[in-house]
Amino acid sequence: MQFIRSFKFFILASLLVFPIIFNQIGMSFYLDLATRLCILAIAAVGLNLILGYGGMISFGHAAYLGLGAYAVGIPAHHWLYGGLDFLATTNGFVHILIAIAISGLFALLTGLICLKTKGVYFIMITMAFSQMAYYLFVSIEEYGGDDGLVINTRSEIPLINLDDPIQMFLVSFSSLIFFMWLVHLITKSNFGLILSGIKDNEARMVSLGYNVYFHKLIAFIFSGIICGFAGVLLGNFTTFISPEMIDWSRSGELMFMVILGGVATVMGPLFGAIVFVILEEVLSSITIYWHLPFGLLLITVVLFFRGGLSSLFSK
Amino acid sequence: MQNILKIKNLNKNFGGVIATKNLNLSVLDGDLHAIIGPNGAGKTTLVSQIFGQVFPDSGQIFFQNIDVTQISEYKKSRLGINRTFQITSVMKSMTVSENIQLATDKIRENSLDFFTTFTNKSYVLEKIDFCLGQVGLIEANNQPVASLSHGDCRKLEIAMALASDAKLLLLDEPMAGLGPSETQEMIALLNKLKGKQTIILVEHDMDAVFALADRISVLVSGEIIATGEPNNIKRDSKVQNAYLGEA
Repeated sequence: MQFIRSFKFFILASLLVFPIIFNQIGMSFYLDLATRLCILAIAAVGLNLILGYGGMISFGHAAYLGLGAYAVGIPAHHWLYGGLDFLATTNGFVHILIAIAISGLFALLTGLICLKTKGVYFIMITMAFSQMAYYLFVSIEEYGGDDGLVINTRSEIPLINLDDPIQMFLVSFSSLIFFMWLVHLITKSNFGLILSGIKDNEARMVSLGYNVYFHKLIAFIFSGIICGFAGVLLGNFTTFISPEMIDWSRSGELMFMVILGGVATVMGPLFGAIVFVILEEVLSSITIYWHLPFGLLLITVVLFFRGGLSSLFSK
Repeated sequence: MQNILKIKNLNKNFGGVIATKNLNLSVLDGDLHAIIGPNGAGKTTLVSQIFGQVFPDSGQIFFQNIDVTQISEYKKSRLGINRTFQITSVMKSMTVSENIQLATDKIRENSLDFFTTFTNKSYVLEKIDFCLGQVGLIEANNQPVASLSHGDCRKLEIAMALASDAKLLLLDEPMAGLGPSETQEMIALLNKLKGKQTIILVEHDMDAVFALADRISVLVSGEIIATGEPNNIKRDSKVQNAYLGEA
C-alpha cells in the first residue's frame, strides 16, 4: 500500500519537475509534450467519470474538446476582426464560462437522447452527435471551415500569462490535479455510490426508486464540462483549432487512454495519457505505421490486464 | 383491517396471449398474502404490473387508496412498494453493505450529494446492522456480493427490501433455487417479518406457502379462481382441480 502510494506520488512529482528541468536546459519540446499530456489527461479524467464509473461508453467526447477550444477561438477571432461584439473578448474567465455553458448544453441536449439507448447503440449515437459537431464546424466558413481557425490571442487571465510555456504547463498540470481530485470526491460521494450502482445493475436501481436516467444525465453533463474545460486549455496551448480535433478518431484516442490506464480508477486516465503520448512520440518517430504496434498494445492490455495499467500497481 | 392494495378488473395481453384476465384482488394491511398458480399462470406478470414494470391494458391498481396504475417503477418504489426478483438481482460488484446503503431512503433522498457521503452516518450504519441482522448476514458486511452463495444473495435481497422501509413487499419466488435447509431458513426469516410488513409472496413451494400465508389467492390462466385462508384453499374443489390435483 505504502509503496503504491509513493509510486503514484513519484509519477505526479516527475510529471511536474522533469518537463521544467528539460525546458531549462533547452529541450522545450518535452515541456510541450507534458503540457499536451496533462490536457489530454484532463479529458480522459472527464471521460472516465462516465465510461469507468458510470458504464456509459461515449464515443463522442472529442466533441467537447473541440467545443472548448472554439470557445476560446471564436471570441478571440471576433475580438481581432470585429463582428458579434457581444462575444468578442480575450478574457479567459469568459472563455471558460462559455466553454462550460456550451459543453454542458451540448451534453444535456445530446444526453437526453443518447441516454435513452444502451450498449452499442449508445456508442453509435454519441459518435453520431460528435460527427454532427464536426460537420457543423467544417461548414462554417467564417471560422475557417475545415482549414481550422488560428487563435491569435491566448485567453487573458489576471496574474497568469499563458504565452509563457512554463505557466501554460503549470496551469494545465494544476487543472489536472484539481479534476482528478474532484472526480475522486464525486465517486466517493452519495452520487458516486449511486453511479456505480447504476453501472452494476440498472434495473435493480430503478426498482430501488432511483431515477436512473436523470442521474446518468447529470454524470454525462459533468463529464462533458470537464472535457470542455480541457478544450479551453488545448485551444490556448495549440493556438489553433480545426474540426479535425472533433473527429471520431480523437474520441477513440480518449477511450484508448481510459481503457489502457484502467477504468474507474483515479490515476488510470493519467497513466493512459502518459503511455499514449509517449508511445505516439516514440513509435511515430520510428515508423509512419505506428498505429499498428499501438493497436497490438491495446489488444494485449485488454486481454491480459483487465484492469488496465493501474491494476499492475494496485495488487 | 384496511386494504393496502386493491386491484380492479386488471387485463393484460401479450399479442394473443392473455396474461391477466379481469383480475380482482385485495390485500389487507399487515397480511402475508400468497399468490400461487401453475407455471404460466401470469404470476410474474401480475407482480410486474403491481410494481410498474409492465402497464396493464385496462383496469386499475390502488395502493393505499391512491390510483397507481400508470405510475412508473421508480416512483412506485418511493411510494413504498418494493420487490425482489425471481432471478436474483443485486449489485454484484459491490459489497453487501453498499447494496444495503443504496436501498436506504436517506441515500436516495440525498442522491445529488456530489461531495459528501452518508456511508459513515450513524443512521445508515444502524440500518445496515439492523437489516443484515434480520437476515443473518452481519458477518458478510464488507464482503463483495460476488463471493456470496446463492442463498445468501436471496437473503441480501430481502435485507435490501427491508432497508427501503417499504410498506408493501412483493417477493417473487424467494425460494427459487434454494436447497432444503436454505428453504427452511428462508421460511423462518419470512415468518419473522410477517406481521411487521405487508408481503405479497409469489411462490411455487407449497410447503412454504401453507406454512406462511395468512391468505392465499390462486391464479390460473390469468384469473384468480379462489382467495381465502390456507385451510379453505386446500379444500376448494376448483383449486384442487386446477392446481393441486395435478401434482
